[in-house]
Amino acid sequence: MAEVLVLVDHVDGEIKKNTYEMLTAARRIGEPSAVVVGTPGTATKLAEGLAAHGAEKIYVAESDDTVNYLSTPQVDVLAALVERVSPPAVLIPAGADGREVAGRLAVRTNSGWLNDLVDIDGERAGTHSIFGGAFTVQSRATTDTAIVSWRSGSLEVEENAAAGTQETVEVPATDAAKSAKVSNRAPIVGGDRPELTEASVVVAGGRGVGSADNFNVVEGLADSLHAAVGASRAAVDSGYYPNQFQVGQTGKTVSPQLYIALGISGAIQHRAGMQTSKTIVAVNKDPEAPIFEIADFGIVGDLFSVAPQLTEEVGKRA
Amino acid sequence: MNIVVLIKQVPDTWSERKLSDGDKTLDRASSDAVLDEINERAVEEALKIKEAGGAEVTILTAGPDRATDAIRKALSMGADKAVHVNDDAIHGSDAIATAKVLAKAIGTVGDVDLVLAGNEATDGRSGAMAGMLGELLGWPSLTHANELTVENGTAKAKRETDEGTSDLEASLPAVVSVGEKINEPRYPSFKGIMAAKKKPVTTLGIADLGLDASEVGLAGSLVQVDSFAPRPPKSGGQKVEDEGDGGAKIAEFLVGQKLI
Repeated sequence: MAEVLVLVDHVDGEIKKNTYEMLTAARRIGEPSAVVVGTPGTATKLAEGLAAHGAEKIYVAESDDTVNYLSTPQVDVLAALVERVSPPAVLIPAGADGREVAGRLAVRTNSGWLNDLVDIDGERAGTHSIFGGAFTVQSRATTDTAIVSWRSGSLEVEENAAAGTQETVEVPATDAAKSAKVSNRAPIVGGDRPELTEASVVVAGGRGVGSADNFNVVEGLADSLHAAVGASRAAVDSGYYPNQFQVGQTGKTVSPQLYIALGISGAIQHRAGMQTSKTIVAVNKDPEAPIFEIADFGIVGDLFSVAPQLTEEVGKRA
Repeated sequence: MNIVVLIKQVPDTWSERKLSDGDKTLDRASSDAVLDEINERAVEEALKIKEAGGAEVTILTAGPDRATDAIRKALSMGADKAVHVNDDAIHGSDAIATAKVLAKAIGTVGDVDLVLAGNEATDGRSGAMAGMLGELLGWPSLTHANELTVENGTAKAKRETDEGTSDLEASLPAVVSVGEKINEPRYPSFKGIMAAKKKPVTTLGIADLGLDASEVGLAGSLVQVDSFAPRPPKSGGQKVEDEGDGGAKIAEFLVGQKLI
C-alpha cells in the first residue's frame, strides 16, 4: 500500500492532537508514515504515541538546524521524501507554520495544494468549509501527490496500533541565502484552558460584556464547562480580550459541540467563525439580535445575571 | 531601495460572500470589493521605509478591471507606481498559479530588494503567498512580521502567529509578509488622492510575463473543484425572555441535549 506522509505537529516533546487526526485520515488513503522534524532526541519522545495511532513508519529528521531556520528544514525534508516515496498525499497541520510549509512544498514539488481540509476520503477527494462554513467545497489535486493542510478539530481520532518503525533521514543543509534565520522562539502556551480551535465547548463574549474586567463572567462560565474562551471582533477591537481569541471571519473558525455566545449580536463577520458549531446557545439583551437566528436556544436577557446563574447550575451538576 | 507591495482586492467580510455556479470560483460581483485591510499595512510599511531612507514603491496586483480601485487607494496613500496584471486567463487560478503570475510580474519591476505582502487575505486565506513567492524567486521569506527593520542589506522581523513569537533575520532580496499589529495605515490625503490619478499604472497580460494560458487560471491550476454546496441554513430554535431563571433554563436545555 502507498505511503501517506504526515508531518508531526509537536511542541516541547508533546504531540498535538491534530497529528492523530491526520494519521487517522491518512489511513483511509494508504499506510501512514509520520515525519518528525526536530532537534536531536525529539522522535524518541513521540514514537510511542505515533505508533499507537497508526504510524507504520516514522521518518526521523533531526538536526539543530530544524529550529534555526523558518519552515525551510521541514520543506527540504518533505520534498526529499516526496521524491523518494511518491506519496499520494502529504498531510500537514493547517496552522500558520504548517500552511507555509504546505504552500512552499506544493511549489517545490509542483503538486496540487488542498488547503484547510476538514475531510478527505480514500480517493483523495477533499472537503473544505469556506467563508466560515457558508459553503462546503469538494476538490481534488490533479497531481500524483496532493499536499493537504489539515484543519484541526475536524475528525474523531482513532487509535490503531502500528509498527512505528523508525528510519533516520537526512536534514539537508539549509541554504542561508534563501532562508530566514530564527532566534528567540517562544511558543504561546495556552494556560489551563483547552485550545480554542480544539475545544469541544467554547464560551465567547462580545461587545455586550462591556469591559476587560467583565470578561471574568465569560471565563467563569467557560471554566465550569472546561471550555475555551472566545471573543467577537467587537470585543477584541475594544480591547476587552486578546486578539488570538477572536472568533470570526478575520479570526479563528471554530466548530465545537457547544458554543455559548454572551453579549454577541451575531454579525456575519462573527457568524462566519462559529456557525458550524453543533449546538449554539445565545444570551443577548436585544431580542432582534441576529445571533438568535442561528441559536438553538436563546435567552433574551442580561448576561450578567444569566451567565453566573448558569455557571452555578453547571457547578451543581459537576 | 526598490520595493514591491502586493495588494489584493477582496470581498468585504462584512457583506455576504458567494461562489458562482458556472466555474465554481468566487462570485466577485455579488459582494462589495475592498482593498484587503492587511494590504494597507503592507503599503504603510513600505512608505515608512521610503520616508526613512528613500525607496521606490511599486504596487502589484493581479485581478480584473475593478482592481484599479484598490490600486488607486494604494497610490493615494503614497506609493509611486503600479503594475496591474489583468488578463481573463488568470481567472480561477489557484494559490500556486497566482504565485507564479506574481513572481513573473515582480521580475518586470527590475532589481527588487524587498517584496511586502499581507500575511493572509480574508478570502482565500491560504496564508502562504509570501512563502510560495520566496520559493519561486529563491529568496528568503520572513512571515507574519509585527515589526520590521531593513538596513545594510538585511531584513529583521519580529514574527508573531497564534503558535508563538520569534525573531527572524535574512539577507535581501527577501519577501516579507506583515501581520495585523505592524502599524496603523495612514488615510490618503486629498493631495494624495489627486496625485494618485497621475501616477503610472502599467497593465500587463500573461503573454507579457512570458506565461502561457495553460499555466494559469483554471487550466493551469493543480487543484480541481468538483462541487460546492451552500450549507443548509440553520434555523433559530427556542428564544425565551429571561424572568430571573434564564441561567437555569439554559442548564435544563443543555441537560436535555446531554451536553452537561
